[in-house]
Amino acid sequence: MISIQGKGVSTGVAIGPLYYYQRAKSTIVRTTVADTEAEWQRFKAAQEKAIEQLGELAEKARVEAGDEAALLFETHQMMAEDLDYEESIEGMIKDDQMNAEAAVIDTAAVFADMFAQMDDAYMQARAADVKDVSNRIISVLTGAVQGGINSPVPVILAADDLAPSETVQLDKSKILGFVTEGGSGSSHTAILARTMGIPAIIGVGDQMKPEFEGREVIIDGSTGHVIVDADEDTKKYMMEKRAEQIRVRKMLEELKGKENVTLDGRTMRVYCNIGSPEDVSAVLSNDGGGVGLFRSEFLYLNCDDYPSEDYQFEAYKKALSDMGGKEVIIRTLDIGADKQIGYFNMPHEENPALGNRALRICLNRPEIFKTQLRALYRASAYGKLGIMFPMVTSVWEVKEAKKMCEVVKKELTAEGIPYSDEVELGIMIETPAAVLMSDRLAKIVDFFSCGTNDLTQYKLACDRQNNDLGRFFNPHHPAVLRALKMVCDNAHKNGVWVGICGELGADLELTETFLSIGIDELSVSPRSVLPLRQKIRSINLGEVKDKVLEALLTDEISV
Amino acid sequence: MKSFEYVITDPVGIHARPAGIMVKEIKNYLSTVTIAKGEKSVNAKKLMALMGMGIKQGDTVTVCVEGEDEEEVAPKLEQFFKDNF
Repeated sequence: MISIQGKGVSTGVAIGPLYYYQRAKSTIVRTTVADTEAEWQRFKAAQEKAIEQLGELAEKARVEAGDEAALLFETHQMMAEDLDYEESIEGMIKDDQMNAEAAVIDTAAVFADMFAQMDDAYMQARAADVKDVSNRIISVLTGAVQGGINSPVPVILAADDLAPSETVQLDKSKILGFVTEGGSGSSHTAILARTMGIPAIIGVGDQMKPEFEGREVIIDGSTGHVIVDADEDTKKYMMEKRAEQIRVRKMLEELKGKENVTLDGRTMRVYCNIGSPEDVSAVLSNDGGGVGLFRSEFLYLNCDDYPSEDYQFEAYKKALSDMGGKEVIIRTLDIGADKQIGYFNMPHEENPALGNRALRICLNRPEIFKTQLRALYRASAYGKLGIMFPMVTSVWEVKEAKKMCEVVKKELTAEGIPYSDEVELGIMIETPAAVLMSDRLAKIVDFFSCGTNDLTQYKLACDRQNNDLGRFFNPHHPAVLRALKMVCDNAHKNGVWVGICGELGADLELTETFLSIGIDELSVSPRSVLPLRQKIRSINLGEVKDKVLEALLTDEISV
Repeated sequence: MKSFEYVITDPVGIHARPAGIMVKEIKNYLSTVTIAKGEKSVNAKKLMALMGMGIKQGDTVTVCVEGEDEEEVAPKLEQFFKDNF
C-alpha cells in the first residue's frame, strides 16, 4: 500500500484504476516562412476555428455545469481574439518570418509570464488560461486531436495539471475523480471538479509515478489522501466512507431544506447530539435544525486538571458561532456512574449509578459548577444557547442550580461582560422522580429533554451495561413510553417543550409514538437526521394516533 | 471627451469574466475607451492588457471615453462598472 498526501479541492471518495491523461503531443517545428501573408491567414483561420470550438465548449459547459462554467470559455474566446495577443503574433509572423505555431507559443509565453508575475493568486492562475487557449490554436494548426481517455471502464484520472478545456471535453461517464501533480485551489480544474461533484486532489507532485498506471487507487477529496493498492482494512474503511457519502448526498438531494413535517402538518424539530465543537460540521452537513444535546464532558475528559473558564468559553463559543444562530443546548457536567475522571478524586462507590453524579456533583462542589456556568453565559453572547441540567430528581435541585445562574449573571453584569438574556434553561428527565414531579418541574424550566437510556434503566431497575439483562432492558416498555407521555402532558399544560436526546429518538419504530404523545423535538446523531426526516414525512398522524396511544395501555412484550 | 472616476469595490478587482464582457460591449461603440490607474493607462478593448494592470479592490481608476457616441457611452459604462466591479 502506498499512501500519498495531496490537497483535496473537491470532496468525495472514489475508487478505481489509475489512468494517465493522454495529451496530444504539441512539440512544434520552428520554421522560417517566406510567404508571411499566407502564414498570417493560416493563423487567422486557426484562431477562428478555435473560437468556434470554444463556443461549443461553452454550450456544453452550460448544460453540464451552468452559466458560471460557460462564462469561462467565453472569456477564453475573448483571450483568443485579444488585440495585443493577435498583434504580437502578427508581428512575429510578418516581421520575424516565424511560422504560426512558433509565434503562438512564444506569444503565449509572454502573456502567461505577465500573469504569472502578478502579485495576485487569481491573476497568476490566469496564466494557465492563456496557455490553454494557445494550445487549442496550435492543435488546430497542427491538426492534432484533443487528448482523452481510452479506457473501457471508469478511471481515476491523473495528469500533471488539467487545463479547463480539457476537463470539460472529457467523457464524464469515464471519470471517477482527478489527481493532479500541480494545480491550485483556485484553478478552473478545481472549480469545475467541485461544480460537477467529482472528487479532486491536486499538488501530489512527483509522489505520483507513471508506473502506478492501471493499479487500483482510492482518493479521498476531503482529506487529500491518495492510496495506491490499499490493504483490505483501508479499502473497507474507505468504501464505507464512500457509501456513507453517497447515502447522505442522495438523501440531501431529496430532503435538504425540507421541513420535518407529517403528511397532515404536524412538525417535529430534529436536532443533533454532539460531543465536541468539531462535530458541528456534521450537524450542518446533515441539515440538523440545531444541537439538542452537547455533552460537555469531553472538556473535562481531555484535561489533566479542571478545565479553566476561558478554555471552556472558547469551546462553547466555537460551537455557538459555527451553528450560526441555530439553537445549541449544552448539558452541564455529567460525570459519575460509568464516566469517571481521575482528578475529581471521587471516592469509591458501591452503587455509582445511584451515586454522586452529574448535577449532584455540581451542587456539592459549586466552584466547579460556577466555572462552567460562567463560561456558558459568556458564550451565550455568540449564538442561541440553551443550558440543561442532568440527573434531576427534585424541584429544590433545579431551584438551587437556577440560583447559581443568577449569581453568575449578576457577576458578569458587574464585570461588564456581555451575555444573552434569552438563554433557555431546561432539565434532563432521566429519573422516575423527575417524571412524577414533571408537573411541578414544568413551572420552573423552559424545556425538558428525556434521556431515554437512563430513564429506561431507572424506570425498569435494570442495569443497561449488564449484557445478561438484554431482554429485561426494553426501552419500548410501555412503562417508559407512558412516562414520556406523562412528561409531555405536564409540560404542555405549562407551555414547556419536550425533547428526547437518548438513542431512542432515532428509533424509527417509535417515531409515530413520539409524534402521538406530543414530543416536540428529537435530538439524534447527525447521520440519523435525514432518515428521521424521511420517516416523519411519510406519517399521517391523524390515521395512526389513536391506535398508537391505545398500544400504551396494553401489556408489555418481551424483546 | 467624457470621463469618470471609479473606486473598485469587487474583492477580486477587474477580473476576467466581467472584463471580457466589457471588452465585447466596447467593441460595439465608435468611441475609444481608455482606463487609467496612476501613470498607466490601457485601451479598454485590450482584455489581457487590462487584466495585466492588476487593478484591485480599493484602487481608483479613471475611465475616458472619446468619440462620436461618448455622450451615450459614458453613462452606460459607469453603470457597468457599478454593477460589476
